[in-house]
Amino acid sequence: MRKLYLLAAGAMLIATPAFAADDTLTIGMTLSQTGSLNIDSLAQQRGAELWRDEVNDAGGIKVGDKHYKVRFVTYDDQSQGARVQQLYTRLIVQDKAQFLFGPYSSGLCATAAVITEQYGRLMLITGGAEPKTYTLGNKYLVQVLSSADHYLTGAINALKTKSPHAKVAFVYSDDPFSKAVVLAAREQAKAGGLTIVLDEAYAPSTTDFGPIINKIIASSAEALLGGGHYTDGATLARQIYDQKANLKYVSLLVAPDSPEFASLGPAAFGITVPSQWEIQATYKPQFGPTGAEFVKAFEAKFKAPPDYHSATGYAGGALLQHAIEQAGSIDADKVVAALNAMDVTTFFGHFKIATDAAHHGLQIGHEMVLAQWQKKNGQLQREVVWPKAAQTADLLYPLH
Amino acid sequence: MKTDNTGSMPGDRRAPMLRRPFFWIIALVIVAFAIVPAVGNNVELRESLLLATVYITLASNLNLMLGYAGYINFGSIVFFGLGGYISVYLISAEGWPLAAAEFAAGAAVSLLALFFGLGILRLRGAFFALATIGINEGVEAFVSNFEPWGGSAGLYLSTTIFAPLGGPMRALWIIYFLLVAVMGASLYLSYAVKTSKFGLGLMAIGQNEDAAGVLGVPAPLYKAIAYSLSAFLPALAGGLYFFKGAFIQPPDAFDLSLSTEAMVIVMLGGRGTITGAAIGAYLYEELRGFLLTSQSFSNFQLVISGVLLLVIVLFVPGGLMGWIYGRWPRVKQVLE
Amino acid sequence: MDGVLIGSVYGLAAMGLTLIWGVMNVVNLTHGAAIVAGMFALYLLTSGIDMPPYAALPLILVGGFLIGVALYWIAVHRMIGRPPLMILLSTFSVNLVVIGLGTAVWGTGLFNVAVALPGVTWRRYTFSGTHILAAVLTAIIAGSLYLFLYHTRLGKAVRAVANNREAAELVGIPTTRVLSLSFGLGVALAGAAGMLIATMFPFTVLSGDAYQLKSFVVTALGGLGNPAGALVGGVALGLVEGFAAQFMPVSWTLVIEFVLFVVVLIIFPRGVFAFKRS
Repeated sequence: MRKLYLLAAGAMLIATPAFAADDTLTIGMTLSQTGSLNIDSLAQQRGAELWRDEVNDAGGIKVGDKHYKVRFVTYDDQSQGARVQQLYTRLIVQDKAQFLFGPYSSGLCATAAVITEQYGRLMLITGGAEPKTYTLGNKYLVQVLSSADHYLTGAINALKTKSPHAKVAFVYSDDPFSKAVVLAAREQAKAGGLTIVLDEAYAPSTTDFGPIINKIIASSAEALLGGGHYTDGATLARQIYDQKANLKYVSLLVAPDSPEFASLGPAAFGITVPSQWEIQATYKPQFGPTGAEFVKAFEAKFKAPPDYHSATGYAGGALLQHAIEQAGSIDADKVVAALNAMDVTTFFGHFKIATDAAHHGLQIGHEMVLAQWQKKNGQLQREVVWPKAAQTADLLYPLH
Repeated sequence: MKTDNTGSMPGDRRAPMLRRPFFWIIALVIVAFAIVPAVGNNVELRESLLLATVYITLASNLNLMLGYAGYINFGSIVFFGLGGYISVYLISAEGWPLAAAEFAAGAAVSLLALFFGLGILRLRGAFFALATIGINEGVEAFVSNFEPWGGSAGLYLSTTIFAPLGGPMRALWIIYFLLVAVMGASLYLSYAVKTSKFGLGLMAIGQNEDAAGVLGVPAPLYKAIAYSLSAFLPALAGGLYFFKGAFIQPPDAFDLSLSTEAMVIVMLGGRGTITGAAIGAYLYEELRGFLLTSQSFSNFQLVISGVLLLVIVLFVPGGLMGWIYGRWPRVKQVLE
Repeated sequence: MDGVLIGSVYGLAAMGLTLIWGVMNVVNLTHGAAIVAGMFALYLLTSGIDMPPYAALPLILVGGFLIGVALYWIAVHRMIGRPPLMILLSTFSVNLVVIGLGTAVWGTGLFNVAVALPGVTWRRYTFSGTHILAAVLTAIIAGSLYLFLYHTRLGKAVRAVANNREAAELVGIPTTRVLSLSFGLGVALAGAAGMLIATMFPFTVLSGDAYQLKSFVVTALGGLGNPAGALVGGVALGLVEGFAAQFMPVSWTLVIEFVLFVVVLIIFPRGVFAFKRS
């Protein structure tokens, strides 16, 4: 047993070439190549890869008079927390990653953060909106996207303009992210004068929403706010349509933002989604591509339009690059200091993080938009319907 | 010493513990686990071995029910998950020190297992196996709705939680050594049970429960004790594991696939053998780690595990140790 | 009453599990994989060659049967007479292989088969057409299974083997062939149930586990090895899900389901709706 073990240990040491050339910047991350988060994670990964390729084509990241080429090291975390810590340790210790991108989803990010904090490595979170992780005293964690508190704010404000005292049903997935979203949204709805007639969490693995839809019908709700991630959200949308829940307004998290949502056909029509970013967004970037340039490059590379996960993936890279160039160093502490001081706009929108010890790294600058699936020339596509300033089409209300 | 005969039982069960070779083999394994990564501060190796200690703990304790008494427990992971929840909760909400929280978790889970055990151990064969799935899923569904434990959002620990252990760097080493200790305790427990009258009773139950009853083995009591005993150390391991992760959430805590992996491990190594469960766990963890991190196999890891298991079940039903015993019967006198 | 419609499909899935259990005392852990295979067969047939969704059902039944028979010879036959643990593990490993291949080929994203069928509206509630048709088809399949088991020679042979394999062997029934036939039937039923579920709900490669668990619950309610009980158990489960949701948050229904499952197993190991087996 012992011999075998030593043999295996020895083999491991031999089999692991440790290399990190001076002019290479290694960024590590885990991806959910398998498991339930695979669609969203893939979109995020593609955004990051586009950034990497563009940077390398342009000669790399400039630090002083040196140019660093960017190299990614990635592993599959299977959408589960079990191996995230092992893999992030491996990324840091064995693969010598200088910077890290977070995995997809809040839970995995929280798990990975324990390791990155321990080694004092900067990790940019491009796929975890849950705000709680930032109240745990982490110093090297930076959130790129809006936190969960702000997800449904736009959806509620848009609804108020159409029906100031609408009866609202909250139906949401029982996971950390969705619960954090609804926790904040519930207060915003009450403060805004809406009436909450149903408040119902469902297990993320739910496939049969029949009983919930009966409850929605029984509650006479006009508007439905909630959802969770892709799988449950798409299933819910389809059954709302199949069982004709008489809703005038439906806003679901995450799922309708994916291009695949169109595969639901008529069930997708009219559904709104709070979005970190939309293709039509016209922010004036202080550095990096404009929205249109990003979309064009993305479509050329992947033959599919980007969704907001792709945009956050790219934005994470662009912000890291900017911070490194500002700091003039790849030292984690200096780059974090640069990020702390940053107050900038990219194609993805505004970026500014909280810097007090109790919330360090929490995104407070970025704003969300509300998009709706509408028909244009017979084709389903998303239009930005809120806020008014960013609008590309009027909100369709009521749905039917 | 040419053949194995009943006169010289493996390792001579009547010899005092300290004079049996297997006792020292276990000790060597524990020392190796503790020392090898510590030499040169090899953190990457530690993380990999840490999962191996968890697998070995789960597999050896599962072996008590599965290998000795012949009861298929699909839901053994429920002990691990509950242990994790109880200790993380006591540490985060009640401010208990790690050691106290660990033992409270272990004791509570063992008691709960005794309670569940008295109910479901009346069932036999597939009925019992199905009930254990039900218990795991039921507990997961309950915890997902149990607000004091954070419901489905789970519990988070602040990184400052590691301060009493000397900061995260040191804390992770301490947790690793504790897990090695839990693993060692599991191996010794398996050994002690196997060489005791109690263990003989369990084996008799595994052969033929009715006959065992006739021969005077108090089967219901023995089964309940084994079930409860097999809960204690996994609960400790769960507590340490989730304390290290600083985060616990129902799908991770009650992951049924980890239970089934533990069964695969026991089969891989050889049912009812201690060495088999340990080597099986170690090999399995290294294999999964390798498949997961190699780009070409990452997509096919499940397929490979599945084919491997099928081949073992079909052609080498005795597992690794069964095969070794078959080829070199003398090994049986040293390795249990 | 949507619960009755969906519950009957759960019942159909459980029938496949329980048939195999009844005939050969085997808990078939490839059950979930068979359900998923049915789902993806429907997806491939409708999206690949534009087949109308319900025309795929006979194909899936026949294909499922053939695959089931093949599986029997690959993974089960050598295990007959060995400890039950071994058979659990061999079917479990086949399950791993199928799910693994599925994940490698399709990923774990969501698939949807859009079926346009008008629903029936009653007051404010609408019963979707797919649910109604799924329940009707389930009834037809269950009816055919009954006719097969009770009114054909082969069916009688299946029941004889279920009752006492040795005795059946003695009177000249080719038991091995009967066993492989029953395994094929069980897998075909699971595949058909998967296909019907896919017309109602979107699905992923990993959906099988959840439906397999539901089949266990249904089987426990209806009695292991009892196809008629499975159907009643399925409907009962559908009703429980529907009713429980009226009085408590939907997420608690899972707790109720599993508590029910364990309690029923302990108190009524033969099943609540276990009819006397002939």
